[in-house]
Amino acid sequence: MTTQLVEIQSISKQFRLPGGWISGKPRYVSALADVSMEIAVGEVFGLVGESGCGKTTLGRIILHLIEPTSGQVLFDGIDLTTQKGAALRSLRKQLQVVFQNPLSSLSPRLKVEQIVAEPLVTHHSLPGNQMRKRVVELLEQVGLGKQHLDRFPHEMSGGQCQRVAVARALALDPKLIILDEPTSSLDVSVQAQIINLLEDLKNLHGLTYLFISHDLNIVQHISDRIGVMYLGKLVELGTSENIFNKPLHPYTKALFGAIPLAVVDRRRELTILEGNVPSPVNPPSGCRFHTRCHLVQDICKSDQPEFRQLEPGRFVACHFVSKSDL
Amino acid sequence: MTTLLEVKDLFLEFKTSQGILKALNGITFDVNSGEVFGLVGETGCGKSVTGLSILRLLPRSASIRRGEVIFNGVDLLKISQDEIESVRGSKIAMIFQDPSSSLNPVFTIGSQIERVVRQHIKVTRQEAAEQTKEVLSAVGLPDVKRIMDSYPHELSGGMQQRVMIAMALSCKPLLLIADEPTTSLDVTIQAQILKLLRNLQKNFNVSVILITHNLGVIAQTCDHLAVLYGGRVAESGPTETIFNQALHPYTNGLMNAIPRPGGRGRKMATIPGTVPSNPGALTGCAFAKRCKFAFDRCVVESPPLYRVDDNHHVACFLVENQSK
Repeated sequence: MTTQLVEIQSISKQFRLPGGWISGKPRYVSALADVSMEIAVGEVFGLVGESGCGKTTLGRIILHLIEPTSGQVLFDGIDLTTQKGAALRSLRKQLQVVFQNPLSSLSPRLKVEQIVAEPLVTHHSLPGNQMRKRVVELLEQVGLGKQHLDRFPHEMSGGQCQRVAVARALALDPKLIILDEPTSSLDVSVQAQIINLLEDLKNLHGLTYLFISHDLNIVQHISDRIGVMYLGKLVELGTSENIFNKPLHPYTKALFGAIPLAVVDRRRELTILEGNVPSPVNPPSGCRFHTRCHLVQDICKSDQPEFRQLEPGRFVACHFVSKSDL
Repeated sequence: MTTLLEVKDLFLEFKTSQGILKALNGITFDVNSGEVFGLVGETGCGKSVTGLSILRLLPRSASIRRGEVIFNGVDLLKISQDEIESVRGSKIAMIFQDPSSSLNPVFTIGSQIERVVRQHIKVTRQEAAEQTKEVLSAVGLPDVKRIMDSYPHELSGGMQQRVMIAMALSCKPLLLIADEPTTSLDVTIQAQILKLLRNLQKNFNVSVILITHNLGVIAQTCDHLAVLYGGRVAESGPTETIFNQALHPYTNGLMNAIPRPGGRGRKMATIPGTVPSNPGALTGCAFAKRCKFAFDRCVVESPPLYRVDDNHHVACFLVENQSK
């Protein structure tokens, strides 16, 4: 059995909405509701879902940037919320993140050298005279070089900036990198370069990735396992092959049916999911997907489906999916 | 099928603090009436600028150097300011990527669309309201009465984009230019909007120019398309031909760089290098630096748009002996 690097145990997160101080009860957005999953050492876990489904919130909770309302996250068997001071700092080194838009996640006032060196300086992990050597080494790993040391982010293309962000994430030899839509702002040809780079780096350093994206084709390409989220809930989880070849949850089916494929021979009617994602302030009762589901029955409106295991490693939260569907 | 719009050899420059930026360097394509025509390419290839120059909605720093935009027999680049204003909205309408920034936040949806109608057509208030109601329900919005009284922020992104499409259609234009209309939307909402755009030609007999960087969107919705690179058409033709028998190395590179089902674990094909920032300043083919087939001639001479089949045009020396 592989060991788990991250264990997420029934995490919920509610954000308080502004207002409600004087007038009545405060209102909450339920961003995550009872989410449990694990990320194994060395795997790429893909998290997909539409905007507002809580995928980024989950990433931030794992990074310990925000605290969950309930539940706990174990990183390497340790609950980060119980750690303080130096112990927490040394754990933080092992968790890094790459965000969607490199131009907003890289400081416009710092040169590439300073950006990549910043985590090394903060964590005092290298004496000053070795700093430049290490930065160049990191830049070379991401396909950049010495000539980029003195550039500012605005002097580089989006793809190059994203490479700098990856170099910064690698600086402290992390165990886990959370990739939050790392290729969404990039062009197709550059996107493929970054995906290849991420795969090479993973093999080189034995990294574990949590890959968050709404681009299902990319997620499918890079992930070992995939979790599908809808309105703060995990609705389906399984291996990349299983989820893509045989999606079970009606939402997963609709989501994959809605991707326009870049092939003309198999031009098909895109699956049309009517309506919009409901507001997480007042999530629907029972199954959160019932307002848009074509299989909906009375039970869906009243009872929350359990997130059950159908076969080892394959989980689905739907009343109407059974073992015979496998 | 008749040709509705012909863009011929369009050249456009921007004046910037760093000098002249040649954004369009000879764009040529035709749009037939009643079809969905795709303009696809990466950042900076000139696809949005092409859309804007059809309606002459360009910033002051831009100037069109050469070329013609012939719409229904009239060159839109030659007519007066008053005349182009009468084309905008009533003959050719445009929608943009981010609907929330295209709608005025302080007016209700109803009043915004009514104003557009009254600007272009001589109608009474009631008639304008009636027409607004009609067009809003035609784009599949539920509960039209309530939508008309809503402000933009009360609607979701997908609904806002439907409102934009309704507004664009309110004066029954012949051509709709949609610039990345689904880029800011989720996939399930994108599928709804694409279906709507596909059905527009049936229901309104309007042609659509769909500008996007997403080849999947193009494959699912367009009849013809042009692939742009460096402000020029690299390849144009029927969607099926381009997807199945692309001839330009750039088109092929682009097709191969899309992740496809079943490709897991395999290296993704990439195009080395990046898009040139000022393609017009280069001599020769703008793609030559990234092209694995490039030879001496590519660097010195810019390839013309060869016609290889009825509708299929390719700007590459490799097809020179196949051209007709």
